[in-house]
Amino acid sequence: MDDVFRAIADPTRRAILDELVDRNGQSLFEICARLTMKHGITSTRQAVSQHLDVLEAAGLVESRREGRFKFHWFNAQPLKAIVARWPEPRPKPDQS
Amino acid sequence: MRIHLSSVFVECQERALRFYTGVLGFQTKHDIPLGEHRWLTVVSPEDPNGTELVLEPAAHPAVRPFLSALVEDGIPSTSFAVSDIAAEHARLERMGVRFTQPPTDLGPVITAVFDDTCGNLIQITQETRRT
Repeated sequence: MDDVFRAIADPTRRAILDELVDRNGQSLFEICARLTMKHGITSTRQAVSQHLDVLEAAGLVESRREGRFKFHWFNAQPLKAIVARWPEPRPKPDQS
Repeated sequence: MRIHLSSVFVECQERALRFYTGVLGFQTKHDIPLGEHRWLTVVSPEDPNGTELVLEPAAHPAVRPFLSALVEDGIPSTSFAVSDIAAEHARLERMGVRFTQPPTDLGPVITAVFDDTCGNLIQITQETRRT
């Protein structure tokens, strides 16, 4: 679980996830354009690629090839594991 | 000094001519046999005396690895301006064009990216007059 927390501890990586939630399955070019134009994040393409590697290592992003193209997909599964570990406490019966 | 030519490398000039005229709607400006290849340029019917786009043969061995690296990351070779990107996207999709990025609102511009079937990704851009 460490790698998931480390991955989402960075604001640029959180912005990448925000944009993939907006539209899943983006090229590196589209992710970079969205970060620059919508978030004012002017990281180099290489830096964004490294952020994607960190997200991918944590299982939050999957990259898949489709023919000559490569697209990046958000995967919420690792975040569900966090919620499952610390669920909202059930209200006690006598409080209702 | 002015820019009168721009170029894209194409895997096959004949297929490129069909795509850039028949699908995108540009017009042939020059088509001159030149040995193995052709001096082949197209222009926009909206600006027939404007910048010509050279459909340049991708004959040099460096072109293919260069283009495939760009295409893998979704990076377009060039960009064309459109006035109604939603209509253009719908029209091109109906003609079977594959988009790697549907129209995306980036504030001052809306952009989309498609496959020209000749080795390139091409961006289309609509200015929104927002800042």
